[in-house]
Amino acid sequence: MKLLSQLKIGEQGTVVAVNGEGAIRRRLFDMGITPGAEIYLRKKAPLGDPIEIAIRGYELTLRKAEAAHVEVK
Amino acid sequence: MQEGRMLKFALAGNPNAGKTTLFNALTGSTAHVGNWPGVTVDKRTGTYKKGSEPVDIVDLPGIYSLSPYTPEEVIARNFLLEESPDCIINIVDATNLERNLYLTTQLMELDVPMVVALNMTDVLDKRGDKIDVRLLEKRIGLPVVEISALKGANAELLMTRAMDAAKEKRQGSSVLRESVLGSAIANAEIALKLKEVPAPLFHAIKLVEKDGIEVKNHPHEARAVESFIRENVCAKDGFCGDAEAEIADARYKYITAHFSSTLTRARKPSYDELSKSDKADKVLTHKIWGLPIFVVILFGIFHLTFAADFLYLGAIVKPFAEFSARMAESTVGAVFFGEGDGLCAPGTILFNAMELLTGQIDTWLANGLDGVGANPILMDFVSTGLWGGVAAVLSFLPQILVLFLFFSILEDTGYMARVAFMLDRIFRRFGVSGRAFMPMIMGFGCSVPAMINTRTMADEKEREATVRVIPFFSCGAKMPILVAISAALAVRTNLDAGLVTLSMYVLGITVALLSLLVMRNTTMRGEASPFIMELPTYHMPGFRNLMLHLWDKAKHFIQKAFTIILLSCMIIWFLSNFGWDWKHVGMITLENGEEVLNIENSILASVGRFIQPFFTPLGFGSQLNANGWVFAVAAITGLIAKEDVIATFGSLALCLGAVLTEEQLGEGVDQVTYLISQTGISSAGLLAFIAFNMLTIPCFAAVAAARGEVGKGKFKWTLLFWIFVSFVVASIVYCFCSMFASWSAWSIVTSILWVAIGAAAVVGIVMYNKYMDKKEQRLRLNKKL
Repeated sequence: MKLLSQLKIGEQGTVVAVNGEGAIRRRLFDMGITPGAEIYLRKKAPLGDPIEIAIRGYELTLRKAEAAHVEVK
Repeated sequence: MQEGRMLKFALAGNPNAGKTTLFNALTGSTAHVGNWPGVTVDKRTGTYKKGSEPVDIVDLPGIYSLSPYTPEEVIARNFLLEESPDCIINIVDATNLERNLYLTTQLMELDVPMVVALNMTDVLDKRGDKIDVRLLEKRIGLPVVEISALKGANAELLMTRAMDAAKEKRQGSSVLRESVLGSAIANAEIALKLKEVPAPLFHAIKLVEKDGIEVKNHPHEARAVESFIRENVCAKDGFCGDAEAEIADARYKYITAHFSSTLTRARKPSYDELSKSDKADKVLTHKIWGLPIFVVILFGIFHLTFAADFLYLGAIVKPFAEFSARMAESTVGAVFFGEGDGLCAPGTILFNAMELLTGQIDTWLANGLDGVGANPILMDFVSTGLWGGVAAVLSFLPQILVLFLFFSILEDTGYMARVAFMLDRIFRRFGVSGRAFMPMIMGFGCSVPAMINTRTMADEKEREATVRVIPFFSCGAKMPILVAISAALAVRTNLDAGLVTLSMYVLGITVALLSLLVMRNTTMRGEASPFIMELPTYHMPGFRNLMLHLWDKAKHFIQKAFTIILLSCMIIWFLSNFGWDWKHVGMITLENGEEVLNIENSILASVGRFIQPFFTPLGFGSQLNANGWVFAVAAITGLIAKEDVIATFGSLALCLGAVLTEEQLGEGVDQVTYLISQTGISSAGLLAFIAFNMLTIPCFAAVAAARGEVGKGKFKWTLLFWIFVSFVVASIVYCFCSMFASWSAWSIVTSILWVAIGAAAVVGIVMYNKYMDKKEQRLRLNKKL
């Protein structure tokens, strides 16, 4: 078990839980980051943050701070 | 459906799903479309006329869910709930089925007739993937129509089915009925039905989700739902988890099991296999090359638009420079080779051609009026008052369009979203998220849509700060000021005009970022808001779409030139030709025998002389000679429209009796050069003048837009902010440039003073922040205790 923010480029994982609270958590759900969803870390921005993930067939970018709310395995 | 009222259909769907493209196809309108999630930030209405009866079509901002997160999403939600459309056309991007259908599962909970428009199936076909539309239709329980918004395919079929659907009432349906929270939802729905709340199912689900707005509106039911979940769902069914997570999860699970299973893929997608878009992305957002490529692209755009020596051929290849100089001697050659420094860039060639044209029109006008023996004052009114200013502004239209074309291409391809992704880390340092990048870039075109675009930003303070700095991204209307004055500077100094223009753009960006940094650390304290954004697939820009953008922009610019600018030119002509006694000021003869307008006695001159002293610290005030008031007047007319600044120069230069040859008439650059020679302004003062106009209160339209976006109460602070920044930065520019130009004692002293004030401000802000951080920490601790 680790956090989405700790994944390495090219690594895959399955969402286990989404922590955090309020609007950000809600947004993560709305964007399809729900338990059971498969995530692939495609790349990091040139300055290391934010990250780009592939989820449910599309590309999503989010910061490491937000990605740290997502537990993956 | 009520009789005697026009049908109203709402277009709803995810950002970037093609709503606006469909809207344009249905209504024949030319709304702006881009490959960036969140191009439409306000609802927009048009009429569909091809059916049996006209239908109002409302294009809503793109949303991911009906739980609002950003201001634009609130607009969409409120419209759907309060304005009861006759039918919702839910546009679904077939290449991104799961996330798009997530919104569909929420929309279908409303008691509104609905049709699903399955867009971009042609892209699926190319991949060899196939959606079983009939099966999907059966499972969703709503009409599903395959369309191609881009090609307008099946748009009429879609509208026919929507009209059929609108004829019947529809009860909301939900995919959550079978879920573990289904009983809680049914329970809440009954309670809300008893209270006769409209759309009870939708509200019931939001209550179970503990949606903030909903709990506030129905506190009694909210408590009932909570106890129901505790006593029934938790105690009996064993689900005691988080309802919000469960509902989102249940929606996606249902979609995967029932809806997206109608899609058969030709091959199983693999993450390692790169599509064309992924390959392009690999280069464009490369770890090392990504940012340099962005800088090169930006530089290339400016070079193609403004350069007088394309690719620096003239500077590098000696014989080519000689050839250019020879070519530039003829009228037509000058269009392509400008001043003879080399071949002009495409943007500059178009600019030269336009100048030639406006100059030619002026000659015809003058000759025509002369031929019929018109009154000299009338002649002057036509060539100076009516045509002079408008021509000065019109000659910049080609360059504005070229610049705009490049930005449209970047936006259309999806590259802009990647730039936001790359720059987020940098932007965060200044207290805003990468989201702010798009409105800022749009600001180079026009501040008004840029300010409205800030609605994609979630945090209010961050949004307001961004609205304030948008005018610093020099818009198309300010470009004439930059280009004309830079060119005038190049004539009298050895500076490269293109370089001066570029550095002024850079100055604007720098001031914007610094202001953001200061605001986000003082009056609008806060961290950058979260950055969670979809990155759209790259695609080739659509030619039609690009031309629509350009045509829109050109139309807007020409309309402005012949309305508000023309009117201001007429007023300026009148004020500069007439004195307070309402009589024409007449002509005076100069020492060299030339006859010029006695403008010294005009109303404009006396008003200008009155405001002139305010600009003394900026280098274009009292230190100038008798004609120096023209700068003060130009700065003031700029408040109406920024094009007016150069238009005013155009008119006034002619009034001051420009000793220009026929072919030079109607050119912005020559008028400014002439005017400069008549006022005794220094180069430093000219740079300060550009800086002031770039940073001060923007035009009427932008001021109105800002007022709408930041709210009335805070608006006066925004106005003050603009005045303050423009005065401070312009006087800093003046002091420092004067220092480097002359090393005079006063400039060295004031420059040192500015550095000291700057240092003190930095120390002050840092200390203030430390103090505030501690205070906030104490507050948090107290709360915990």
